[in-house]
Amino acid sequence: MFSKLDQIFVVLQHWVAGFVPVSLQPIVLALVGVVGIVVVFPALFALTTVFERKGLGRIQNRLGPNRVGPFGFFQPVADGIKALTKEDVVPFNADHFVHFISPVVLLVAVFMGFAVLPVGRNMQLVDLDAGLLFYFAMGASSELAVFMAGWSSRNKYSLLGAMRAVAQMISYEVILLLSSVAVVMMTGSLSLVKIVEAQSQYTWGLPHWYVFTPWGLLGFILYAIAATAETNRSPFDLPEGESELVAGYFTEYSGFKFAMFFMAEYLAMFSVAGLGATLFFGGWSAPVSALSFVPSWIWFIAKVMVAIFVFIWVRGTLPRLRQDQLMNFAWKFALPLTLLNLMVAGLWRFMNPGVVRWVVCFAILAGAYVLMARVGMKREKFGPRSYRYAE
Amino acid sequence: MLGEGIIKGMAETARNFFGSFVSKERLITVEYPEQRIPTFENARVFPFLVYDGADWEAGLRCVACQICEKECPPKCIYIEKSKEKKPDYAGKLQIYPAKFDIDVSVCMSCQICVEVCPFEAIKMNTEFELATDDRFGGLLLDRQKLARSNEYYHSIHPTEAAEVDARLAEEKAKVEAKAKAAAEAAAAKAAAAAQAKPTDTASPKTDTPKSGTPQSGGEGA
Repeated sequence: MFSKLDQIFVVLQHWVAGFVPVSLQPIVLALVGVVGIVVVFPALFALTTVFERKGLGRIQNRLGPNRVGPFGFFQPVADGIKALTKEDVVPFNADHFVHFISPVVLLVAVFMGFAVLPVGRNMQLVDLDAGLLFYFAMGASSELAVFMAGWSSRNKYSLLGAMRAVAQMISYEVILLLSSVAVVMMTGSLSLVKIVEAQSQYTWGLPHWYVFTPWGLLGFILYAIAATAETNRSPFDLPEGESELVAGYFTEYSGFKFAMFFMAEYLAMFSVAGLGATLFFGGWSAPVSALSFVPSWIWFIAKVMVAIFVFIWVRGTLPRLRQDQLMNFAWKFALPLTLLNLMVAGLWRFMNPGVVRWVVCFAILAGAYVLMARVGMKREKFGPRSYRYAE
Repeated sequence: MLGEGIIKGMAETARNFFGSFVSKERLITVEYPEQRIPTFENARVFPFLVYDGADWEAGLRCVACQICEKECPPKCIYIEKSKEKKPDYAGKLQIYPAKFDIDVSVCMSCQICVEVCPFEAIKMNTEFELATDDRFGGLLLDRQKLARSNEYYHSIHPTEAAEVDARLAEEKAKVEAKAKAAAEAAAAKAAAAAQAKPTDTASPKTDTPKSGTPQSGGEGA
């Protein structure tokens, strides 16, 4: 019964495709898969907005939204109606076409990333051999959309936000990529399906997730930091820092276009969390072999939701970084560690399995971390700024 | 150690997150339309007119002296005097306000009208839900809408109202004593006059100055 539940969506997809002639079946299969992605993740987004607001409220000892529907769970419906019925204001001097097209480009780029994510066993839209590469290519094109939005608005805040966004996303893209390259080195494949399969083996009931190795742990931490910066989440939300830039690159967007930016941001969060789960937490595989009977897609969604919770938790805790801190952290701390992590991953590959390998690799990484923190960061003035006033 | 502060901060927010589900002290939100906290005694929002007794129109303490109207900084009070007079709390005949309007949208809750009123007729209300969907007529409150009973005044500002009542009672007692004395004096005068009458016919200049002075307790009506 559980194995049926595991494959229920795949069976459903083929059942729907069975109604059309064989020549059309590949198209219909793809279409049904696309519809699944386009329905499920925005629904998850709607749910997440409520959870985020309620969670942030609880962190600040507030109640959060509780007026619309039971416990405020119909809040996204109200928000959606509001966004749809709002006037769509476009600045007079804006580049109208680019201004119109950029939220669409962003949303498409974000949705494309989901195409290669294995949501469950046999549940990926396409199993590309270079799936990870495709994912990062799509992630990079979302930067283009962000810059299009900022540039076409003809607004200084939009432009500043877009500049910050591009600077930040390119800087952290390097870390994001290089921290996942270690996984590719270990698996020997860029296919996300193969990466998950490599991790879904168990010894003594425990999975072979990459996060349980020294390089995987550090890689995951760096990946998480870079992913937070990539999705412009707090504490890396400089591109849309509302206290400085109104709303950053989407200042001039209103109504449903604004909602599209908002949705794209959350969808990017889901996809980057899903990729993180795929690379380091075994994708759809169960955390212990005894729980393997639970459908694989439940595990995937659960892992994504845990990641989302951590995103919200971090947002409720940390204040926004300054631009120089952001750049220093990326280039002077995170990037060297990522490169070292790559080398340690190589070392891990060629050392004999056992405790010695674990201890040696962990010692190298921990030593480097402490050294970087003590020496590298100390030179930078991360303490309170000193001001010199004119006499 | 780098990252230590982040861990500490995360622990703190996690404590808040879970704590708000467990302890009531953490979650201090008052869900306003359903839950209310009692208004503070010293709160002041908008003035109201105090009346004594059951009938608001008859019991209004206001005598339309127009001091508040003149003192009001944003000039939000409008008073029209009545033509005839009615007795006030002490029984004295006074004019009363035929019209007493205050514009909510202009009032700045400064309480100056309360401070200048010599008749304890206007006081500050603690009612704060003054919003209305009618922005022309709805925001101009007439004297009926402004009238509140003295019991209501006691319920919102108990200490202040008790003081005011004591002061008014004292004044009333004084007035009554005065009136009584005046009445007594008048009665005594009348009695003296009656007494003097028979002697009057006999010798008019002998008794009258003596009979008037020793009996009068209170001076002058």
